[in-house]
Amino acid sequence: MNNSETTKLITPLSPLRSLFDRGMTVLALILTIIGMSPLISVLWNIISKGLPGLTATMFSKPIIDEGFANAVVGTLTMITIASLLSIPIGIATGIYLAEYAPDRKINRTVKFLNTILTGVPSIVVGIFTYDVIVLTSKKLFDFSYSALAGGIALAILMLPIIALTTEEVLKLVPNNLRLASSGLGGSRFQTIARVILPTALPALVTGVLLAISRGIGETAPLLFTALFAQDWADNLLSPTASLPILIFNLYNDPDPVKNQLVWTASFFLLSIVLLINISARLFSSRAR
Amino acid sequence: MPTPITNNLARRNRQSKPDRADRLFRYLIYGASGVSVAILLLMGWTITGHALPAIKQFGWGFLTGRDWNVPDLKFGALPLIYGTLGSGLISLIFAVPVGLAVAIITSEDLLPKWLRSAVAFTIELLAAVPSVVFGLWGFYTLIPILLPIQQLLHVKFKDIPLFSTEPSGSGLLTAGILLAIMILPTVAAVSREVLLVVPTYLRTGSMALGSTRWETIFRVVLPKAFSGIIGGVMLALGRALGETMAVTMVIGNTENISPSIFAPAYSIPAILANTFAEAQEDIHVGALTYLVLILFAITLVVNVGAIGLVKLVERGEK
Amino acid sequence: MDALNQSTSNMKTAIQVNNLSFFYGISRALENVNMSIFQNKVTAIIGPSGCGKSTFIKALNRIGELEGKVKTEGQVEFYGQDIYHPQVNLNQLRRQIGMVFQKPNPFPMSIYENVAYGVKIGEEKVRKSDLDLVVESALQGAALWNEVKDKLHKSALGLSGGQQQRLCIARALAVKPQVLLMDEPCSALDPVATMKIEELMHSLRNDLTIAIVTHNMQQAARISDYTAFFSTDESRIGRMVEFGETKQIFSFPVDTRTNDYVSGRFG
Ligand SMILES: Nc1ncnc2c1ncn2[C@@H]1O[C@H](COP(=O)(O)OP(=O)(O)O)[C@@H](O)[C@H]1O
Ligand SMILES: [Mg+2]
Repeated sequence: MNNSETTKLITPLSPLRSLFDRGMTVLALILTIIGMSPLISVLWNIISKGLPGLTATMFSKPIIDEGFANAVVGTLTMITIASLLSIPIGIATGIYLAEYAPDRKINRTVKFLNTILTGVPSIVVGIFTYDVIVLTSKKLFDFSYSALAGGIALAILMLPIIALTTEEVLKLVPNNLRLASSGLGGSRFQTIARVILPTALPALVTGVLLAISRGIGETAPLLFTALFAQDWADNLLSPTASLPILIFNLYNDPDPVKNQLVWTASFFLLSIVLLINISARLFSSRAR
Repeated sequence: MPTPITNNLARRNRQSKPDRADRLFRYLIYGASGVSVAILLLMGWTITGHALPAIKQFGWGFLTGRDWNVPDLKFGALPLIYGTLGSGLISLIFAVPVGLAVAIITSEDLLPKWLRSAVAFTIELLAAVPSVVFGLWGFYTLIPILLPIQQLLHVKFKDIPLFSTEPSGSGLLTAGILLAIMILPTVAAVSREVLLVVPTYLRTGSMALGSTRWETIFRVVLPKAFSGIIGGVMLALGRALGETMAVTMVIGNTENISPSIFAPAYSIPAILANTFAEAQEDIHVGALTYLVLILFAITLVVNVGAIGLVKLVERGEK
Repeated sequence: MDALNQSTSNMKTAIQVNNLSFFYGISRALENVNMSIFQNKVTAIIGPSGCGKSTFIKALNRIGELEGKVKTEGQVEFYGQDIYHPQVNLNQLRRQIGMVFQKPNPFPMSIYENVAYGVKIGEEKVRKSDLDLVVESALQGAALWNEVKDKLHKSALGLSGGQQQRLCIARALAVKPQVLLMDEPCSALDPVATMKIEELMHSLRNDLTIAIVTHNMQQAARISDYTAFFSTDESRIGRMVEFGETKQIFSFPVDTRTNDYVSGRFG
């Protein structure tokens, strides 16, 4: 059986196999390019239609005066409320998952429920917030749709995202740091506050920024919570405009001025979201 | 020289401060971790509670009712369930092959490393684009691209039920394709992660037996990654079923069950977005709330399934 | 060296290595290796860890190329054919020169499918009944048949480590290679499993040429006919220090570094 009658090494692969191998590579590349093309198209479309129509008025006047300043302020207000609520609670939940009950059943349950919460459709979150916040405030106080309700709806969306990324990030902190700190007599609180959080900070910031960029672009949770307003909102307890709702409400408006407003608002919204998103990624890759 | 007793006291005093902070901190952490749990439970409770009268009124027949007619106050959910599941399934048909291709291209070494990261980065950015912006793009750019293709298919294959209605631009297929673009990053990212944990030694083992790169991918790598990929696909399906704004802007918003994928349709999130605020009659509001419960339940089932599959894979790894 | 030449004059060389150098990116891992792997003999490659043993053996079936940007200089001839010729069919080469790895790496499929894998990949179509025969004889050849014949369609991952490694040997044998390369095949196994593999190698030698990397000198002394000693220094470039009959390498090493190593004073 073993002799020098070896098969010639310089025999090409059978045409079928070599065709399959090359063909699949080409096919995968083509599909990948098809997969990337929508992003290019979206960017080109939004920039080419939104950027040229940009005027200073848009940033100083509310929607009734052909600007979108009130929507910008509304979006910023609501994302601020959402951040104030979701970041501390989310990070605390993440700390709980990673540091307080890492292997217990209750931990797995809490983690599971957070994962489920990230999968709840945003329109359902919106309707839930309407039921719980808007209807209640209508009944008990004399306000209904508000920036506050919108902010809460966004917070519900961001909370589980922040919690889960915080957990992931904290789990990456090497265990010997925990041991070293408690070995020096540090309490759990001290260990977490002085050692673990500072170590994980860059990655934590990235996670939070990604959650914020996600929240800014959400539309459905605001439909029945913040509603919309043509003019400046009186306060946090009155109906409030936002960029995403502006785009949705006016996207097929025949008035060319409104139409331009939609494109430029989209351009501005997309710019903010991508800017935060990209800088978050750069931040984390530099920190590594 | 302090006596032992004062010494002890001093020590206890020194300790009590961090102790108290520690305890306070722990309570805060425990309290905070209960918030999201409470929200989810409250959500299930409220949604079910609000839907209960409607469930009593409509019964199971609601799920199979083919007629959604607001003026006549007739409410059957089937057209909406059809639109939701139909657009979701169409989105998978497009997103799965493309997403798998992206995952393979970005995890196997068919391309230089910098190019792979560039591809992965682009696809991840796609996930960042807000839904309403996708809707705008879909309405003004995607529809004009798809319409001629749909018209051509309609003219050529009128007799096939799938292509049997005159395309108008908006419709089930358009919504499905737009959804496919939106869930592509999820399919690609989860599949990529699963492919990356397939051990290199399996690839090397296969190549050492004389198989080519793609024979290895199809015979060893993909089978090994299969359940994880299915988990990722289900996760993506969950996203697609709950997607609201973009679908609302391109699906045609017509309560309609047609075998044709060109026909306008309506999905549960879309009808909620469009009509929830203006519903007047109690029965209408009730029917919409019933829909919320259905949507909540469908996505819950899909997501739990997805999490289960991903868990299964993780356990297999150990 | 004369003794070596004499005893080898009537033997066939399966693989001839001339001036082989190997680079990972720009860093050189092997320099100017010259040696022969003789037909139907067991050749052991020994040396301290990091001296390039794996790199060397993976250069013989060009599987090292999967690890990214690598480069080779020099020549490797398989029965007179240059395996680094640009037109060489790598799939064919790797079927001729099979490989067993340090960590048993059965595929996540049934025992039967594992062994049949390479045959199914091949160019000619095999009938089911023939395939059954090939699988059986490969498992027989790897001394595993009796242990698995009743559970051929069970997952290979349920086997013990030693059984998995013999399965990997069977998998390699099923495509009827001329040469079998083994990279520390016993390092993840217990002594009993190790002994079984050593016995197996002894019997396989009749039909096969074997090259085995091992860090276990007793093992090299027990099972091999020829031994190559590799070493490295601060430069972290691996070199072959000495090559010869195993008896000679272990009893009368020429080089002091070999002497230090085999007598346990180093590494
Ligand atoms: N894939 C790789 N990329 C870069 N360097 C490598 C790679 N594999 C091995 N090396 C380096 O080559 C040298 C030899 O490694 P190896 O052949 O694995 O040694 P041995 O098997 O003798 O322990 C080591 O210095 C190692 O760090
Ligand atoms: Mg090695």
